[in-house]
Amino acid sequence: MGKTLFDKIWDAHIVKHIPDGPDVLYIDRHLIHEVTSPQAFSALRRKGLGVFRPDRTFATCDHNVPTLDQDKPIADEASRKAVEQLAANTAANGITYFPLGDPGNGIVHVVGPEQGIVLCGQTVVCGDSHTATHGAFGNIAFGIGTSEVEMVLATQCLLQSKPRQARITVDGTLAADVTPKDVILHVISRLGTDGCTGCFVEYAGEVFRNMSMEGRMTVCNMSIEMGAKGGMVAPDRTTFEYIRGRRFAPEGEKFQECMALWSSLKTDADAVFDKEYHFDASEIRPMVTYGTNPGMGVPVDGVIPDSAVGCDASTFSKALAYMGFHKGEPMAGKKVDYVFVGSCTNGRIEDFRAFARAVAGRRKADDVVVWLVPGSREVASRIESEGIGDALRAAGFQIRQPGCSACLAMNADKIPEGKYAVSTSNRNFEGRQGYGARTILAGPLVAAEAAVTGRIPSSVPAL
Amino acid sequence: MEKIDIIESRAVLVPVDNIDTDQIIPARFLKTTEREGFGEKLFYDWRYDADGTPVRDNILSGQEGVILVAGNNFGCGSSREHAAWALHDAGYKAVVSSSFADIFRNNALNNCLLPVQVSEEYLAKVTETLGKAPDTVLKIDLGEQTISVPGAGEYRFEINGYKKECLMKGYSDIDYLLSDKESILRYENSRQEGGKR
Repeated sequence: MGKTLFDKIWDAHIVKHIPDGPDVLYIDRHLIHEVTSPQAFSALRRKGLGVFRPDRTFATCDHNVPTLDQDKPIADEASRKAVEQLAANTAANGITYFPLGDPGNGIVHVVGPEQGIVLCGQTVVCGDSHTATHGAFGNIAFGIGTSEVEMVLATQCLLQSKPRQARITVDGTLAADVTPKDVILHVISRLGTDGCTGCFVEYAGEVFRNMSMEGRMTVCNMSIEMGAKGGMVAPDRTTFEYIRGRRFAPEGEKFQECMALWSSLKTDADAVFDKEYHFDASEIRPMVTYGTNPGMGVPVDGVIPDSAVGCDASTFSKALAYMGFHKGEPMAGKKVDYVFVGSCTNGRIEDFRAFARAVAGRRKADDVVVWLVPGSREVASRIESEGIGDALRAAGFQIRQPGCSACLAMNADKIPEGKYAVSTSNRNFEGRQGYGARTILAGPLVAAEAAVTGRIPSSVPAL
Repeated sequence: MEKIDIIESRAVLVPVDNIDTDQIIPARFLKTTEREGFGEKLFYDWRYDADGTPVRDNILSGQEGVILVAGNNFGCGSSREHAAWALHDAGYKAVVSSSFADIFRNNALNNCLLPVQVSEEYLAKVTETLGKAPDTVLKIDLGEQTISVPGAGEYRFEINGYKKECLMKGYSDIDYLLSDKESILRYENSRQEGGKR
């Protein structure tokens, strides 16, 4: 029987197998940030341990950072201390760190690929569930807890049981008004928020082959939102061209050697998956969510259904009550108070290009607060160099500074209680964007319509 | 490290599906770099309103016990281990559900909090039993891998042999990894010879 791409990478990283237990898995890249690493460093200190392979760990601060006035000290004391702690821990252990204001700073999952830290065929972990993003490059990438961060720092290894495997194939051609975010929201709405729990997913088919790296990252990023341990796309020319020339990527002959190796990273034709799902690209429409988990999604011109996959009746009713919505109501036309464009899901240059193109000469609606938050310094500088910043400012928008921002509202960017926010982020959980905040997840085109009209649109302009 | 063997207790019943880690502990409590104090923040937004006033008659009111019985897909969302810390610090020793999010499961196991995965049918029976008789005492026997609930019967749950031994003897993964650095060095050397990085 053939091997899957996942099998090939997993097998190549097994240090040893524990009978009736997990594998000891070697970790190639470890990304850290200020929220889930401090207790791991403290534990190492307590045990008198150092960092085993500091050249395989890279750090950035993102969750706690303000998105305005980043040149000034962080006003919130606890946030400032968390960021200072990361600076101290990385300095003491010889770990590369991109502090606030550094050209390499930004959201950990935007920075990793952008700096050429994350390559292909690797094991990549981070104390953050959206580590799944890096599967876009054909990696086994998954989120871990702080105890596991400590293990990787101390030994560059983790104990992991091999998950089951699923393949999600989307064939056909996407309509011009459909973005990668819509593809993954469509898939999750069909499979449910726990549809792939215990599985690692491979995304296959024409749609992903034709997708940019930014798009593949958006899709893989949200694998966790259907419970998957991670999601991956087999690397190809698109992947190699993205990596070529980036700061930490191999160069010259070394890069050629890597490409030759990476080209073999494919699932064998006779490999068997535990689960197979097929979707038709032509059925995918621009999507929005109406509930409190990412599986509760419908097309923008759809109505709120009677039930959702993986959600019992009382949980479903509780979600609608929280959102202030009712079964059978259309989503289009609903009032929007806030729009947030950013996050590790949709905070890349492509997302801001799409948003700006969709705004196309129109102005920000007066009664909507719009937060445009680039995923990294590099995204921010491209927004300016491509003229997107000027165009959007002329249309009444403000471009903020990079960070996780309103995705999880650890900084000051909180959606007030009861307000509706169209967010290009990844989670519409109760209270995620602020106490009582009501999140409607969508892609950048829907966000643009909401920002200029103050309503959920029934359609979006084609890109 | 703490050990687990037999847990006997009343249960706290929260029959809601997809309880995510943002519900278990909201992100604004993750700013601290310390490891203490998360128990008080457990399910904070269920227990307190926006200005910090306790919510009367919330879903947890009047319930006591060290076993949490929840709906399907417990612990989904963020990888924050603070969720497992909060449950453990608040005194919980086990969570019973018909499915656990993968990262939460690992975090729980690394913090001596036992995730007991049962079938949907059994969970429904337990939920019904506890709904009628909230004082029911549950017994979880890790050695036997069983959970018994008077009125709902007994269920044998799965856990891999390695993890079970860790929990029963108080071993941790990091001690295991540190005890065999030789294997890790050997692996690194073999990869360097193969020209991979």
